[in-house]
Amino acid sequence: MSGSVPDPLDVPPDPAGPLQPRSGRRGSGFLTEPLRLGTTPSATVGPYLAIGLTWADGAWAAAEGTPGGFWLRGRVLDGAGDVVTDAMVETWQADPDGRFPSPEDPRGPSSYPGFRGYARASTLSGEFAVHTLRPGRLPDGRGGLQAPHVDVSVFARGLLDRVVTRVYLADETEANAEDAVLRSLPEDRRATLLATPAEDGYRFDVHLQGDRETVFFAV
Amino acid sequence: MTGTTSERGLRLPRYLREDAAQRTPVGFPGYRSTALRAPLRTPVDLPHRLTEVTGPVLGEDRVRPGDADLTLRNGGEAIGQRILVHGRVLDSDGRPVPGALVEVWQANAAGRYRHVVDNWPAPLDPHFDGLGRVVTDSLGRYEFLTVKPGAYPWSNHHNAWRPAHIHFSLFGRAFTQRLVTQMYFPDDPLFGQDPIYNSIPAAARHRAVSRFSLERTQDDWALAFEWDVVLRGSEQTPFETDDDGDVA
Ligand SMILES: [Fe+2]
Repeated sequence: MSGSVPDPLDVPPDPAGPLQPRSGRRGSGFLTEPLRLGTTPSATVGPYLAIGLTWADGAWAAAEGTPGGFWLRGRVLDGAGDVVTDAMVETWQADPDGRFPSPEDPRGPSSYPGFRGYARASTLSGEFAVHTLRPGRLPDGRGGLQAPHVDVSVFARGLLDRVVTRVYLADETEANAEDAVLRSLPEDRRATLLATPAEDGYRFDVHLQGDRETVFFAV
Repeated sequence: MTGTTSERGLRLPRYLREDAAQRTPVGFPGYRSTALRAPLRTPVDLPHRLTEVTGPVLGEDRVRPGDADLTLRNGGEAIGQRILVHGRVLDSDGRPVPGALVEVWQANAAGRYRHVVDNWPAPLDPHFDGLGRVVTDSLGRYEFLTVKPGAYPWSNHHNAWRPAHIHFSLFGRAFTQRLVTQMYFPDDPLFGQDPIYNSIPAAARHRAVSRFSLERTQDDWALAFEWDVVLRGSEQTPFETDDDGDVA
């Protein structure tokens, strides 16, 4: 995609290349600095997001009837413990083989039958619901494996930017114990990222504030 | 069964972390609804791994014929000042983002949204639903035809009015690039009293404001406003590899 307009600075990486030593210089590097544009600032989705962002097929990260499909459901709660009914929850995740239906996956895009990997759902009914598959494990860049996880964005009136979290599955005990991101968190905070098994899938509540405030990530 | 991948040595782009002084905070005291919603703890830095540097492919299949013309709905023409909104979607390296889905929604010319929650006494327009969708072309360009949205009151504070704006939702190539924002119009006298506009750090506010475009304004037809959207770019220097997450 970036190749549609030639960029003299866009030298393709050698996929087989070994780890190279750091230059000692953090940040963007002088080669690209002069071309840097300021990013567009975010703004809240506001209360009328349903006009622009409703998709009839939004909930289906995995198509209906896909073997192994389950529902990930949950609520979004505010600092008073009230259920937020005007939020949108978006999910993005790997397929059960640990691949992504995305050309940006350097291992090549996958096409797992029935799998879009992405879903969006409103909380109008009091909870969001996304139909998906159990994500596979992924390399963590340090020789280890990440535990199965779903990246989540929450948008709502009263949030000027999205908030981002990750859903892990509580019954993936072994994988979770090895996950670098989970391990980097204080033990009492990890639980806020665990979806618990439910009748037709998993449950995951997002606590925007409070004692049980979900761990949110800066991406 | 849980699959695994064990490939080593893959080089991933590292998306640039934005300068906090240039980006909109999640919460802002003047915007009351943020008080119970914006998280209070400092977010944890998430390394950019495969999940973060990939993203869904959403293109022409999400767009129906007519989605780029908001002025013609239900068999008639919307009332209001007809405007062409156009621009490019770029990343912060200046590279166009082709094939990017852009979803927009807005109030009608009277400042009313077609939504059950919006019931202030301004008229609905039977020929305006306020929804548009376009996909950027090979040069990252987009355009859609609409009517200029009106300002509208909201109950944030006494006599609070939102400056005219169009809501934008964009996907780039990666989860890190996801952006939902609002486009404003130049020199709006309502800017000064609007906490949503003013929550943007002063240095970055101008990036949320479109430019009147006489070049694209069409005689006897429509005014034009130009607005480029810049998504986060990634580190592309081939010699700098990050042991914190560039390699997966
Ligand atoms: Fe609005």
